[in-house]
Amino acid sequence: MAKAAAKKAPSRAKKTGNGAAKPAAKKPDLSASEGVAIQCIGMNKWYGDFHVLRDINLTVNKGERIVICGPSGSGKSTLIRCMNRLEEHQEGQIIVDSIELSNDIKKIDEVRREVGMVFQHFNLFPHLTIMENCTLAPIWVRKMPKAEAQDVAMSFLERVKIPEQANKYPGQLSGGQQQRVAIARSLCMNPRIMLFDEPTSALDPEMIKEVLEVMVDLAQTGMTMLCVTHEMGFARQVANRVIFMDEGQIIEQNEPGEFFDNPQSDRTKLFLSQILH
Amino acid sequence: MSDTTKSFEGWIAPRQPPSGTVGAVGWMRENLFSSIGNSIMTIIGLALIVYTVPGIIDWAFLSADYTGESRKDCTSDGACWALVAVRWKQLFYGFYSTSPGGGSLWRPNLAFIGLLIAVVPLLFDNVPYRRYLLLFSLVYPVLAWWLLSGGFFGLDEVSTHKWGGLLLTMVIGVVGIALSLPIGIVLALGRRSDMPAIRMLCVIFIEFIRGVPLITLLFMASNMLPLFFPEGIDLDKLVRALVVVVAFSSAYMAEVVRGGLQAIPKGQYEAADAMGLSFWKSMFLIILPQALKIVIPGIVNSFIGLFKDTTLVLVIGLFDILGMAKAAVTHADWIGLAREAYIFVGVVYFVFCFSMSRYSIWLEEKLDTGHKR
Ligand SMILES: Nc1ncnc2c1ncn2[C@@H]1O[C@H](COP(=O)(O)OP(=O)(O)OP(=O)(O)O)[C@@H](O)[C@H]1O
Ligand SMILES: [Mg+2]
Repeated sequence: MAKAAAKKAPSRAKKTGNGAAKPAAKKPDLSASEGVAIQCIGMNKWYGDFHVLRDINLTVNKGERIVICGPSGSGKSTLIRCMNRLEEHQEGQIIVDSIELSNDIKKIDEVRREVGMVFQHFNLFPHLTIMENCTLAPIWVRKMPKAEAQDVAMSFLERVKIPEQANKYPGQLSGGQQQRVAIARSLCMNPRIMLFDEPTSALDPEMIKEVLEVMVDLAQTGMTMLCVTHEMGFARQVANRVIFMDEGQIIEQNEPGEFFDNPQSDRTKLFLSQILH
Repeated sequence: MSDTTKSFEGWIAPRQPPSGTVGAVGWMRENLFSSIGNSIMTIIGLALIVYTVPGIIDWAFLSADYTGESRKDCTSDGACWALVAVRWKQLFYGFYSTSPGGGSLWRPNLAFIGLLIAVVPLLFDNVPYRRYLLLFSLVYPVLAWWLLSGGFFGLDEVSTHKWGGLLLTMVIGVVGIALSLPIGIVLALGRRSDMPAIRMLCVIFIEFIRGVPLITLLFMASNMLPLFFPEGIDLDKLVRALVVVVAFSSAYMAEVVRGGLQAIPKGQYEAADAMGLSFWKSMFLIILPQALKIVIPGIVNSFIGLFKDTTLVLVIGLFDILGMAKAAVTHADWIGLAREAYIFVGVVYFVFCFSMSRYSIWLEEKLDTGHKR
């Protein structure tokens, strides 16, 4: 579906004005990007005439944990969905794990194998058991033998503390349990980068905690994480950097202490005052 | 969903109701006499049953004649089932065994038994030796064609124009059912394809077929197709009918399947994509199993419709079971016994269609995983 959407997306002629005023995207030096997990250079995206992402320049180092926040509609989801090509960008470059994202399906699949994604609404496969949800991709994409895939899945289900649910169906689990399964399912592919799109915002308060615990645990293993969330406690605890987006632009980024206690731009201050009350 | 008795691990059954509402009296009070209106309806219903059922039973069984050579031997005033007893061969096999050029009846019989063996592993996933049985299902079509039409490996050839009755109904029905689902799936996927040429082709096919009645297509196949083929090439009448029936039901099936595909949330496609599954893998592992499950009622509905529509091949001179029944009651020996003939045919159709309907309900319950959308 995303491939379909990607192909249908308008191939935009180079925008004059906004885009051209900036220096043309520099060629990235792939060899020098040893410690770089993701790099966006002069990236722009439009939905039809609507300019969702404006000149995004962002470098994510390996092992770095980044929290992205911003008002609704600011393009946070779109940004991280561009990083595994669920959405197509029209200008600039995105380089993930030294692979530049383009229309090349092979490259896209290569990136998707290395990048795990956790969605707001879990998106577990309801017709498969928890175990089957976790082993599907390792078996069919990584060609792992079934028994080995099940061992791997079991170890991750233990890590998210629900090994006893392995033979149930997603419909029989609570939201918090489903989201933990979704995290385990992504981890089964042994990804190098994890993307989270508001993983707790569809959950009841008491379930948010159990999911955040799993994410904190994951952060401690040194996983590269990009996380769209409004859980500011989580951001303070694990993030190396907090990014604030508004109207498709990165307005401000800083390490969490500075970001929350000493925001620079007015928009950030307004946003923080709204969510922190 | 609520009265599903089948359950899976971890499912907790609803609690039993308090004892005052159970038992025969409790059941009747709750279901038949829960209000004045319902009580009146119950009494009217009972009266209707008492008024009609004994007469029907008497006509159909008690004072019916079961044997005889022709309708003159039916002396009682009940049904004359002698018709079925005498004409069963034509009703079931058409002219398959009549000489010259006929074949023995063990061939269609064996083909029918083979069909049962081939279908069981497809319908149920817990039969023993399913793997080997599935291999048999795979070769069955070839085997059945050889058994029925012969012509090599020691079996005499029986031309398809001798096939008829239930045999013909089954051949068209089974081929139609077996091919329309896969072709329908391909058409449904094609209709959602990114490639405009493929999409156009599927849309044109589906809309053309759906826009024209089956009878018209059958007439076209029997009268117009020969015009397009060079002189001398004679397409088998049955093959032509099969092509039309399969094309017709595939077009409808495609729309049923498309409905299922559209019901799958975008998140499922995205989750599959995000894992790096290829298009075909995500279709076969994630999307189609869910989409087809949603539209099981629609699929079986199409199958039942198709099975009953096979009777339209009458218009191009193929005689299925209904055609044979019609032929029987216009015969001088049996003239006027339309009731018996059509009731018999109706019962045969009912057995097949009702089985399909029950199977679909069973399958829906079996595949229920407690997921609420
Ligand atoms: N497929 C689409 N077609 C057109 N516009 C879209 C599409 N998807 C998103 N948008 C628009 O792009 C903008 C950014 O959307 P996005 O989902 O990235 O926002 P967000 O920051 O994640 O917001 P939220 O916090 O509500 O999730 C929104 O204004 C949205 O309406
Ligand atoms: Mg969002």
